[in-house]
Amino acid sequence: MAHVPADLKYTKEHEWAKIEGGQARIGITAFAQEQLGDVVFVELPKVGARVTAAKTFGVVESVKAVSDLFAPLSGEIVEVNGELPKKPETVNTDPYGQGWMIVVKLSNPAEADGLMSAEAYQQLIAAASH
Amino acid sequence: MTARPSYDKLIFELSSPGRFAYSLPASDVPVSDVATLLPAEFVRPAAPELPEVSEVDVVRHYSRLSQLNYGVDTHFYPLGSCTMKYNPKVNEDMARLPGFARLHPLTPEAGSQGALALMHELARDLGEIAGMDHVSLQPAAGAQGELAGVLMIRAYHLSRGERRHTVLIPDSAHGTNPASVALAGFSVVQLRSDDHGEVDLADLDRHLDEDVAAFMITQPNTLGLFESKIHQITETCHARGVQVYMDGANFNAILGLTRPGDLGFDVCHFNLHKTFTTPHGGGGPGSGPVGVKAHLAPFLPVPVVVQDEDGGFALDWNRPQSIGKLQAFWGNFGMLVRAYTYIRTMGPGGLRAVAENAVLNANYVLKRLDGDYDRSAPGPCMHECVLSARRQKRLGVSAMDIAKRLLDLGFYAPTTYFPLIIEEALMIEPTETESKETLDAFCDAMIQIAREAETNPALAQEAPVTTPVRRLDQTLAARQPVLRWTPQVK
Repeated sequence: MAHVPADLKYTKEHEWAKIEGGQARIGITAFAQEQLGDVVFVELPKVGARVTAAKTFGVVESVKAVSDLFAPLSGEIVEVNGELPKKPETVNTDPYGQGWMIVVKLSNPAEADGLMSAEAYQQLIAAASH
Repeated sequence: MTARPSYDKLIFELSSPGRFAYSLPASDVPVSDVATLLPAEFVRPAAPELPEVSEVDVVRHYSRLSQLNYGVDTHFYPLGSCTMKYNPKVNEDMARLPGFARLHPLTPEAGSQGALALMHELARDLGEIAGMDHVSLQPAAGAQGELAGVLMIRAYHLSRGERRHTVLIPDSAHGTNPASVALAGFSVVQLRSDDHGEVDLADLDRHLDEDVAAFMITQPNTLGLFESKIHQITETCHARGVQVYMDGANFNAILGLTRPGDLGFDVCHFNLHKTFTTPHGGGGPGSGPVGVKAHLAPFLPVPVVVQDEDGGFALDWNRPQSIGKLQAFWGNFGMLVRAYTYIRTMGPGGLRAVAENAVLNANYVLKRLDGDYDRSAPGPCMHECVLSARRQKRLGVSAMDIAKRLLDLGFYAPTTYFPLIIEEALMIEPTETESKETLDAFCDAMIQIAREAETNPALAQEAPVTTPVRRLDQTLAARQPVLRWTPQVK
């Protein structure tokens, strides 16, 4: 069973968000990278771009498929992981650490209440891998 | 499988200094210094490292490579969603008739009446087959047909003063659908499939609003299922002013049995290289004609082949609402000759038998593999069946491993990991041109692999072992592609 850190929030599209102050660091989960297989390409927006909760903000391509990335929360992008385009395999090897994708300055922090807890996400992936 | 001599050389690796194929006679004109003829930036500083080889080196090299070819002329090719059917050789004879093969595309209309007549008749035949009022033969392949169709829908809405920005596409769709839609300037909204793998009507209804320009679906869909509520779908869309596009990738399943136009579709494309036996894959090029109902006809790409009162044919460029020209000259004409030949040699009854036998063959495969693999949907399928290797995956054998093991057993692999909504998908499309003996041999191999997964998973995990190269590192190939030979790589 894929690792699900307790201190993160999750989407049903398998993104995680680490909320610190008014900002959230965002990436995809260990379960997501397992399902995708080897990631070969990551396309991310630029700093300053705005993202909207539940809307796409980028694309991740693996040897199996191309998948949209969905923003867990709305806001302005203040940081982008510039290493990922050069080392997309980081998403596989360290999805919750060096494999982070963007940091968003939240425009509506209350949206976090709509995200899944680690426990709820754990149940979701248990059902999915049944 | 016949053992092949291994051969993995590049022509550059055969090069030997000073070796050559021909001795050219001495030049009888003065030799000019190339540096005086061309600007300095266009002159390379050193001679290109072309291979130095003899004629027999060249002939043996390419003959050996050609013996590594794998195609439908040599083997069964059950690649799902691709309709890799046998292409009758009479098509090739007709395409090589000098009147077609040697005709320059810019020959004046008076000198190309035969070719124009063929295009006119093929468009009419395809229109009849699909229940569409008009057909453009111009798109070079399915995805360009999609683009043409979506651009015509856009032009149609704009002509009515409506600005719609969104196109709805199910989550089971081919990747080309959202790509074509995005290229035409629309936003894509993905709809989910219901538990049976069909369009979820409630989800569709929720998303239909005045911003939606079109709903784009594949019939039968990529799970090999006929969308049974199709009349309800097209009626619901039309009631909201939404056009309905049919991706014709799976036309082989319904040929002569039903018609997209009768199901309520406004636009559909054809893949001549799938359904109508023109070469496919590396052998192409493709051809993706697009058919429309009358209300979209003003927007067809130019030129349109028309027939005048005297029975003569002409290219009509005077179509002010046209989306424009899409493709060099008039489309991939050689493919049009092949498809026309196929339609004429098969006849209406033959085309209907194509669909019936394609569906029968796929259901035969589904039935034989049912106990050993998980099926993706209950009930019978259309022209292809989608299985899941999730049971094998738990034993450590993935869909990819099964595909590789099939190569060892002498078969091309089915499509894997598509549709995306099926875990460990194996998508098998046998087509109508395969015999029961071939299908049985393939099913025997699939069943053998399922049993091996239980007793000796390493056989699949380490496959293939009999192919000219073993398992390729596709991750490295995608991350660090080496696309051309360079002297440094030597």
